[in-house]
Amino acid sequence: MHGARGAGNGMTAAQPHRTEPDGIKAGTPAAFAVRCRALTKHYPSRTGPVRAVNGLDIEIRRGECFGLLGPNGAGKTTTIEILEGLLAPTSGDVEVLGRRWGHHDDDLRQRLGMSLQETRFPEKLSVLEVLTLFRSFYRRGQDPARVMASVGLTEKSSAWVGKLSGGQRQRLAVACALVGDPDLLFLDEPTTGLDPQSRRQLWEIIRAFGQLGRTIVLTTHYMDEAERLCGRVAIVDQGRVIALGSPAELVASMGGAHVVEFACAAGAPLEPAELAALPGVQSVAAGATETALTVSEPHLAIPALLSLLQSLHRDLLRLTTRHVSLEDVFVHLTGRHLRDDDEPPA
Amino acid sequence: MTTNHPLRELTIARIREFMREPEAVFWTYGFPLMLAVGLGIAFRDGPVEVAHVDVQAHARASEVAARLASRDDIVVAIREEAECRNRLRLGKSALVVVPGDPVTFVFDPSRPESALARERVNDALQRAAGRQDPVRTSDTRVTEPGARYIDFLIPGLLGMNLMSGSLWGVGFVIVDMRVKKLLKRLAATPMTRSDFLWSIAGSRLLFMIPELVVILGAGVLLFGMPVRGSWLAVLSLAFLGAGAFAGLGMLVACRAQRIETVSGLMNAVMVPMWLLSGIFFSSERFPDLLQPLVQALPLTQLNDALRAVILEGASLASQAWRVLALAAWGAVSFVLAQRWFRWM
Repeated sequence: MHGARGAGNGMTAAQPHRTEPDGIKAGTPAAFAVRCRALTKHYPSRTGPVRAVNGLDIEIRRGECFGLLGPNGAGKTTTIEILEGLLAPTSGDVEVLGRRWGHHDDDLRQRLGMSLQETRFPEKLSVLEVLTLFRSFYRRGQDPARVMASVGLTEKSSAWVGKLSGGQRQRLAVACALVGDPDLLFLDEPTTGLDPQSRRQLWEIIRAFGQLGRTIVLTTHYMDEAERLCGRVAIVDQGRVIALGSPAELVASMGGAHVVEFACAAGAPLEPAELAALPGVQSVAAGATETALTVSEPHLAIPALLSLLQSLHRDLLRLTTRHVSLEDVFVHLTGRHLRDDDEPPA
Repeated sequence: MTTNHPLRELTIARIREFMREPEAVFWTYGFPLMLAVGLGIAFRDGPVEVAHVDVQAHARASEVAARLASRDDIVVAIREEAECRNRLRLGKSALVVVPGDPVTFVFDPSRPESALARERVNDALQRAAGRQDPVRTSDTRVTEPGARYIDFLIPGLLGMNLMSGSLWGVGFVIVDMRVKKLLKRLAATPMTRSDFLWSIAGSRLLFMIPELVVILGAGVLLFGMPVRGSWLAVLSLAFLGAGAFAGLGMLVACRAQRIETVSGLMNAVMVPMWLLSGIFFSSERFPDLLQPLVQALPLTQLNDALRAVILEGASLASQAWRVLALAAWGAVSFVLAQRWFRWM
């Protein structure tokens, strides 16, 4: 055993004869691929401990694609690295595939695949050489050539890693995660920084793996990615889960399926209560220049809005409608945007 | 499909990466060869040192200069006083002779070549004035292979290269992988820590063999250095030395998070050994007070053992203590490195 590695050591040293806590029975053929309870991770800092993860509970079912969604610094990566056995939690209980870090490390590592953020594979090894190396670590797994084909890198088989594009490198990282034929796949921001075409290619690869009935846990700060890939999403903010459900459920929790955004020429601010009273309007978010209405029935709300503005003698500068997204859910829940910069590439 | 053992795959990957890095290959093989050849040419058949002597302008200056010029180990010139002093101060001449009665020698006695020049000039002037030596003497010059400076130098260079090659080849590679988060990624696989560390150490031992061939080959083929002990003993010592320094390289790299950190640590480890471990001159020249430190350094033990086997034909068994000291350095470093190793 490689006891001192990552979380294993800390947990083994701290709890040599741990008894199973109530509620979670390790070793039963549970329906859950991952369960964690009251998970915390604190880092010391000069201004006192930073609570990267602060009482997080998650249950991820076998066979689902589960997304951890949240802004940078929400604690997504810390959480996923605890689940991966790379970090030891400060407190809390973690069970992965019915097993625990510190007790069944080798067994777990044989069954997990993962791509981390920012891994730079050896620049002077070829794609096939890197995959062959990673394949050698696993007792059972897939033929490197087959994995290479499944991520569309066969043409680059003998190309050095240093010559690959960003998207190709990311596909290689996913291929390294798949080469051990894992039961559970962790992907930490698999498409961050990639161009739209590369993102779609990766989505196809991830979907194909999910169709084998395996479990996927991914973190992302892209709404569209979570909506397209994940069966369920946990929205994480400041180290806790603030909302959980399928993308459709989360969107439905907003009360309306549409967002109407409009801006008026300068004048006194509109009265939010007046807007909220319009037919079909569920909620109002007034910004500095633009106002957003969550609307269940746009065919009623928009004419009513227009006549209200006309009666107030306000000129409309802009009006758009779109479907509610997870971004809106996040803004609704936290009052903040997920990303500081612009919309993610489509 | 069948898969190979991870240790084998990791080692092959290391070798491929190394061979595809022209700079690494040059610094491991080309540089030591150039150093050995360069120093060898500089010190081959050590030419008789010529003393540069200035005679200060004086009525009898040309007479004195003529007497000195008859010797082939003295180069003499007549110059004005100020110029004489200036050249002496700058080290362009070793000695200033002021003719007269008495003849005065101006020199710095702490400069060996000045002391030598004074003796030569004094000897030449006394003989020219008719001095008879009461004791008859004759010289036998020793320039046979095995006793020259180049013969002393080559085993020292070999030891130095085994040290720097292992420290860089292990320490740098590990920290580079940590910086690139590759270590973290490997830690997330079922790969065992010992397979990983052995692959780094093992590939370093393989890279060492051509290094040994290049340096000893240059010594034997270009300079006729004798290898009096067994080649097997030399190879064993080189393995042991490379292994001990690979262990030290791992220890130095086991926690460093940045390339700058590990470079500094490696220099901190290597500089004392460059100075004290007898690469370019015998470590016995250091005062007794320093000897415990000097003898405790692994490079001292490696260099002394290599010289004993290569130049004196000593057996490996006769070097048992040195072998043990090297093995202890390697084993302790390796164990500590493995214990403290950090993957992220």
